[in-house]
Amino acid sequence: MLNFYRLDGRQTYDYRKIKITFGTDYGCCFVDLGKTRVMAQVSCELVTPKESRPNEGIMFFNLELSPMASPAFELGRSSELLVKLNRQLERCLRNSRCIDTESLCVVSGEKVWQIRVDVHMLNHDGNLMDATSIAAIAALSHFKRPDVGIQGDVVTVYSAQERDPIALSIYHMPICVSFSFFQQGTYLLVDPCEREERVMDGLLMIAMNKHREICSIQSSGGIMLLKEQVLRCSKIASVKVSEITDLIAKALENDKKARKEGRKCGFAESMPQERITALKNLETTVEMTDLTKQASDIVEGVETPAEMALSPVVPAPGVGQVGAGLQNAWGLEDEEDEEEEVDGDEPEVTIVAEKRGNKKKGESKSNLTCVTRCVLLCCNVNLTM
Amino acid sequence: MAGLELLSDQGYRLDGRKATELRKVQARMGVFAQADGSAYIEQGNTKALAVVYGPHEMRGSRNRTLHDRAVINCQYSMATFSTAERKRRPHGDRKSTEMSLHLKQTFEAAVMTQLYPRSQIDIYVKVLQADGGNYSVCVNAATLAIIDAGIPMRDYVCACTVGFVDETPLADLCFAEESGSSLALALLPRGGQIALLQMDAQLHQDHLEALMDAAMTACKGVSKVLDEVVRRHLQEVSVLTGE
Repeated sequence: MLNFYRLDGRQTYDYRKIKITFGTDYGCCFVDLGKTRVMAQVSCELVTPKESRPNEGIMFFNLELSPMASPAFELGRSSELLVKLNRQLERCLRNSRCIDTESLCVVSGEKVWQIRVDVHMLNHDGNLMDATSIAAIAALSHFKRPDVGIQGDVVTVYSAQERDPIALSIYHMPICVSFSFFQQGTYLLVDPCEREERVMDGLLMIAMNKHREICSIQSSGGIMLLKEQVLRCSKIASVKVSEITDLIAKALENDKKARKEGRKCGFAESMPQERITALKNLETTVEMTDLTKQASDIVEGVETPAEMALSPVVPAPGVGQVGAGLQNAWGLEDEEDEEEEVDGDEPEVTIVAEKRGNKKKGESKSNLTCVTRCVLLCCNVNLTM
Repeated sequence: MAGLELLSDQGYRLDGRKATELRKVQARMGVFAQADGSAYIEQGNTKALAVVYGPHEMRGSRNRTLHDRAVINCQYSMATFSTAERKRRPHGDRKSTEMSLHLKQTFEAAVMTQLYPRSQIDIYVKVLQADGGNYSVCVNAATLAIIDAGIPMRDYVCACTVGFVDETPLADLCFAEESGSSLALALLPRGGQIALLQMDAQLHQDHLEALMDAAMTACKGVSKVLDEVVRRHLQEVSVLTGE
């Protein structure tokens, strides 16, 4: 972090690779943001409108955090994160009025379309909010609702075969950009991955659209911000948002072209064929210059264990004892190293210690260091091969 | 809300205020004897009540105890009669949970929690009448309640909701004005640090700075009012208890 390089080699203002794919149905969208994977599905149905708004359609958002995404998520319970993401998505998409809800009205006061956006997290590798907002707006742009005909009082809903479905009218595309703050605001990162999210001090989410209108700002996590930081973030966000909006538009274009040409489209097609076409072992350089010297030093500076055969002791009739318990080793210093054979296992270690147990100093601790050291020796030996 | 002129040509708003004027603030501390700290605040027509219990031992889930700080537990609820249409669910719905989380976040930044390890501070806020700026009024009420409870804070936490109409920032929105863009800002006035920033609806990026400046000025105005309330209360109490 100090040299302005992140864990995965990105710069501070870089996004991870974004990949948007659409499913076979209209309104299904998968978004990959690095390893974070999110799926959004839009569906619609006819319902009665709210009393306060009789000629507007309804938009309903639902987010699911399943344990599939991350072991930290529990099934069923509504956690704080879920509420936060849900509310942020609602504010970003509903309050900004990006969809023309009046066009969703069929019969004023009786029947309107309810557009339902379900978002599922498939893999959590940080920055769920951005991925969710991209997926939701891409799915809404992709979605087509059935056509409706009204003759007098009779309302007919035409299926997809009878009449072409109609796309939703979207005014603008609000995209959320997340900034994470570290060390009381001295460092600022765009698009935190999961490790960065765990250690961050706070998060600032800015939702903007291409026309540089801010749709929503939300600071969370208990950090203190300064005005200049917020303004700087909004400038960075406007740049990122225009890039991402172009990406979505391109993906929609590709999908439309693919459907028109009759090519197969959908999720199954878009998964990359991961077949092993070539096998190559990457070689890494390992520091091994003075390894043999180190190994020989260890071997020489150690005594050989005394050969001994353990004879069972019979302290009481019906009880046999081989060896005895060790002295308590907590908090005691360890002795000099003891040599172990390379394939020494645990019982042999304790037996050796028992033989030297007269010293009454904790040796099990030094035994442990010996065991680890001999394990290390094994590994080093393997590397040389 | 077509037909309502939010800002007239002479610069007057719906309730006769100028663009940068705050609503009339009336506040009272120590309204409940049972709680450790309580406060009641009225900003214009928005009325909120805040009650603080603590710091006390962790109740509920013991495993949430923090070994070096106090846990702040907030609950925001609105009375069923507070809005124009009767509220079906006063707590537990998503909006209340979100507000509770925001309040918690705001006060975790301001209260000196390091002084009370392994304990819990409860803040309960109830909105009795909602006429715009709910979150801000709750923050102001909770600040007064915390001061009444004697819990040390880094600074007053003052909040204000500002909006943008006709290229002019309006301070301290009422309900009718909130339908446009609104920005809620919680500020610690002395250092100019923002504890919480929340904005809804559309605002062009170039106007952000002007709006934030207006919000910070309004918050500083609120802090002066709150300071006066605290001092007056302290004077009254010290007179009653004798010197």
